[in-house]
Amino acid sequence: MSVPELPGGLTGNEPEQASPKHRAGALSRLLHNPLGLISLIVLVILILLALFTPLLTHHSPIYASLNHVNAPVGTPDWPLGGDQYGRDIWSRVLTSIQVSLISAVIGASVGIVVGAVFGLIAGYVGRHTDAIASWVFNLLMTFPALVLVMLLYPVMGSTYQGMMLIFGLFLAPGIFRLVRNLVQAVRNELYVDAARVSGLSNWRILSRHVLYVVRGPIVISGVFLASSAIGVQAGLAFLGFGSTQTPSFGSMTNDAFANIYTAPLQIVWPALFLALLNASLILLGNAYRDALAAPQSKARKPAVPDEQAETETVATPANKTQGGLLSVRNLRVSYPMPDGGRKLVVSGLSLDVSAGEIVGLVGESGSGKTQTAFSILGLLPKEAQISADCLSLAGDPLIGKGAGLMRKLRQGVMSYVPQEPMANLDPAFTIGSQLKESLRKTVSRREAHYMIVSLLERVGIPDPEAMMKQYPHQISGGMAQRVLIAAAVMSRPKLLIADEPTTALDVTLQAEILDLLRELQGELGMGVLLVTHNFGVVADLCDRVVVMKEGELIEEGPVREIFHHPAMDYTKELVSAILDEETVRPDPPAVVSSSRQEGFW
Amino acid sequence: MLTFILKRIGSGLVLIFIVTAITFFLTFGVGIPVAQNILGPSASADAIANLEAQLGIDRPIMEQYFSWLIGVFHGDLGISYFTREPVVNALITRLPVTMSIVLLSCLITLAISVVLGVASAARGGWLDKALQGIATFSYVFPAIILGIVLVYVFAIALRWVPAIGFVPISKSVSGWFASVVLPAVVLSIGGIASLAAQLRGSMIDELNSEYVRSLRARGVSEISILLKHTLRNAASPALTTFSLAFISMFGASLFVEKIFALPGFGTYGYTATIQGDLPAMLGVSLFSVGLVVVVNLAVDLANGWLNPKVRVR
Amino acid sequence: MNALLQIEDLRLTYPSSGFRKRSPEILKGVSLDIAAGEAVGLVGESGSGKTTLGRAVLGLAAPTGGRILFEGHDITHLDIKDRRSLARDLQVVFQDPYTSLNPVLQIADILSEPLIAQGIEGAEARKRVMALLDRVGMPANAAQRYPREFSGGQRQRIAIARALALKPRLIVCDEPVSALDLTTQARVLDLFVELQRDTGVAYLFITHDLAVVRHISHRVAVMYRGELVETGTTAQVTSAPTHEYTKSLLLAAPTCDPDRQKARREARWALKTGKT
Repeated sequence: MSVPELPGGLTGNEPEQASPKHRAGALSRLLHNPLGLISLIVLVILILLALFTPLLTHHSPIYASLNHVNAPVGTPDWPLGGDQYGRDIWSRVLTSIQVSLISAVIGASVGIVVGAVFGLIAGYVGRHTDAIASWVFNLLMTFPALVLVMLLYPVMGSTYQGMMLIFGLFLAPGIFRLVRNLVQAVRNELYVDAARVSGLSNWRILSRHVLYVVRGPIVISGVFLASSAIGVQAGLAFLGFGSTQTPSFGSMTNDAFANIYTAPLQIVWPALFLALLNASLILLGNAYRDALAAPQSKARKPAVPDEQAETETVATPANKTQGGLLSVRNLRVSYPMPDGGRKLVVSGLSLDVSAGEIVGLVGESGSGKTQTAFSILGLLPKEAQISADCLSLAGDPLIGKGAGLMRKLRQGVMSYVPQEPMANLDPAFTIGSQLKESLRKTVSRREAHYMIVSLLERVGIPDPEAMMKQYPHQISGGMAQRVLIAAAVMSRPKLLIADEPTTALDVTLQAEILDLLRELQGELGMGVLLVTHNFGVVADLCDRVVVMKEGELIEEGPVREIFHHPAMDYTKELVSAILDEETVRPDPPAVVSSSRQEGFW
Repeated sequence: MLTFILKRIGSGLVLIFIVTAITFFLTFGVGIPVAQNILGPSASADAIANLEAQLGIDRPIMEQYFSWLIGVFHGDLGISYFTREPVVNALITRLPVTMSIVLLSCLITLAISVVLGVASAARGGWLDKALQGIATFSYVFPAIILGIVLVYVFAIALRWVPAIGFVPISKSVSGWFASVVLPAVVLSIGGIASLAAQLRGSMIDELNSEYVRSLRARGVSEISILLKHTLRNAASPALTTFSLAFISMFGASLFVEKIFALPGFGTYGYTATIQGDLPAMLGVSLFSVGLVVVVNLAVDLANGWLNPKVRVR
Repeated sequence: MNALLQIEDLRLTYPSSGFRKRSPEILKGVSLDIAAGEAVGLVGESGSGKTTLGRAVLGLAAPTGGRILFEGHDITHLDIKDRRSLARDLQVVFQDPYTSLNPVLQIADILSEPLIAQGIEGAEARKRVMALLDRVGMPANAAQRYPREFSGGQRQRIAIARALALKPRLIVCDEPVSALDLTTQARVLDLFVELQRDTGVAYLFITHDLAVVRHISHRVAVMYRGELVETGTTAQVTSAPTHEYTKSLLLAAPTCDPDRQKARREARWALKTGKT
């Protein structure tokens, strides 16, 4: 079929993800994939059949013998029988393979060369060149390709090769888009900037950083383009385009179709070999794509031990049970690993949050603090496994609760404020409609509207009525965070879980949002679990602190205790890593002699 | 929004102009001996010159082009060199045939792709495999093979539908449906392969996005997240794929019409091209591009409705 | 002290994407000097233009007015050949240690990239790569590994090594520790300080974090909406700011002590209500 577009589809639309892998490894993975290996063998056999056609047949494909009209399969020298004119079907099949392969090569290479060359140029040069090239290729993409290929048949010398040449042009936009987008993505990478700063020439940057990335995806789409070209050539020949002297799968199909009441078996041969050819190409392409995208056999863990690898003995868990709002005992969260095992991201964590208390959950990246927050909210991905001796909110156990009941809880007693405000609003709906959706259905429209307006006013939005009509892309990050906080406190929850609520914001905005959270907490008497890596935020807001590292609880205590008298070595290390506020850099600027010094390190 | 639409219509007109100009000048450049073809190889030079004057093909190329162009603005696409039938009339009688199968296959494609794409994004498992299977199948068996197999099974062996011919919808709805359902199914396989896969991919991207987590955190139901929020956001890129799928379905309809012996654009265009019947060829190219432009405009409008970033300012 | 880098009345407007729309001016006449061996901190919030200023110095963004001098030579608009020779003296460390190293290249290839541009290849390049890894505290076997095998802090060390490869006199550091964890951040900052003492390299240190600025810089420049609102020694700017914006910036940054933070919060409220 004439699909001038790319096989993004099933394995995700990011070929750039697939490419930064070792090429040699990809090839050997391809050969170790049984489907890939079989496809490759079948394709090679078909190519060999096409190359050695004269040696493998007894007749020219257009030689008609009246004695062999509709001859059965197995007739001597007519191994697949004869068609309605008595021509040797075997010989015609082999010639058709030739024609198909030539069509595939012409169509795919024109598409790839034109698309890739212009894609590289447009993606790398950018600006006006890009704008013009993109316009032209987008236009080309909307051409009704087959109609034009057909109408231009006489122009291209009435040959199938000419038609494939034109068709190749129509395949180019897909490759162009692919290459251009990849190149543009790579061009904006910081490592390309670094190469530019080093004074690497454009050509070196292209060959070193860019070509590497686009090679794999181009090969894969090339295979699909080849298959498209084969299909289209067959279709056009079926319509009647092309010389009667050169059989092809299309004309064979046409002959067999005309003869279908007399000898239905004849349709099988062109169909079979055409399908074999296409299948070997497509499956080979899929296998290559899988090979490129295959996960590294090595584990993702840093091969070199990390900077603070010295582990500590596990600290005393929180033993005192408070008349808590949230109570977590021995929480464990694990994810499946590619090797079949499971990776614990939270192991045996216990913590409490009382009503009206703000608890800071601190730790560095990978400490499991966010995973803990999502386990409480019941928002972990499906593949996560969670267990705990106790995980309860206001005495109500959360583990083993059905999805519907958890949803009810999130609608009412607990709520969530995320890190990235802009990414957490649905771009397709207005602020007002998104807020209304999380309101209970029992209130009337007018009431709902009034409630939301007063809520938005409460979180410091100057013109609530106008804000409700805005789409997320029209508002600033600070405003978006206020909206999300409004959404979170709308149901007057007992527990608010905030995951790095100010990390994405500038300090002046951060201060305002922290103020807002403090005020709302006071007004509503909520318990707050504040997940953060920022000790300044902790100092500003929290009553108690829980310190986590690599999924385990290290220490917990009142905020002043943790800052001034940390008990555990890890906490001490963390606190001492906080950059001192008082001292500014003491040493004067380094003394440099005026001439360029060599070898001083 | 209005300027957006006008812009789109403008670029559509440019596309129509370019394509017809390419068809005209390139075909003219080849110099097909039209009069000779009509009169046969034994015709005298006088007779040929006579006929050429009569058809107006002895005039300079630019004059012919502009008189055709002026005709277009008056709704006149000229007269076929061979049948002497006005091209507009011929195309209008063939339009319902082609449109029937293309539009029906669009409907099938959309319906199945949305169900399959959304379901496999939400559930995965065997639905993923089914989708992958359809994609591979559509590449492995080109339209002509698939069409013939369907004709053999349903029309010849089972006799459920007529093998050939077109029944206008005004005559009999069920007859019409029986006459176009098989070709429409053939066309939609390729469309489903690309559209469902695209929809599945963008649905998965959307489902993994943070706003979905936020919606869940606010207790919004899964059904509403899937059908109201993510589908709407995923539809935008899928629409582009759909317009491309439409173009290729329209192209493939040329082949499929022949299998089912439907008197549509395909057969008309084929005859015109082989004979070098320039007015007919130009008519086919004008109508095809016009159709593509209309569909693209509809897709753009739908996109604007779905995507506030396009719509607002 | 003679200025190593002089930025004079620099203006920059990005070329507009549409035909009618005029894009806003990102830099509105910025002037700044950096002496040899000095670390100058450039502080500002997102969108203030601080990153753009760094990119303009590096030749990655084209200024629309003013000029940049390096040792008295105009480097505002350089062709690729002059840029290559300048690369020996002027280098960069970016914020994101994940995207600033090409994932498909081995560390040795990444580190030798600036050397290749200068025509240093083969054994000499290998020797230098080893010395560089050692210098930034990375094991020698790191050379044959890929970026994904390293943690954020380790990657940033590699990026620093790449910047050091040509023994530059000025390194533009664009938020080089913002993406790092607290403990890692402190170590990497110490490495920056140590390298400066040993090699006499100067830094233009771009960051939004005032604590980081205090730690690393001798002088501080505060940027707000494309303009420098205040410049001075680190002690001056961070303890006795004169400009309103600097004051609010300082008070907005939370300090890591609950009681002092309470006082700061109240001071901030006072400043806010005093203004209105």
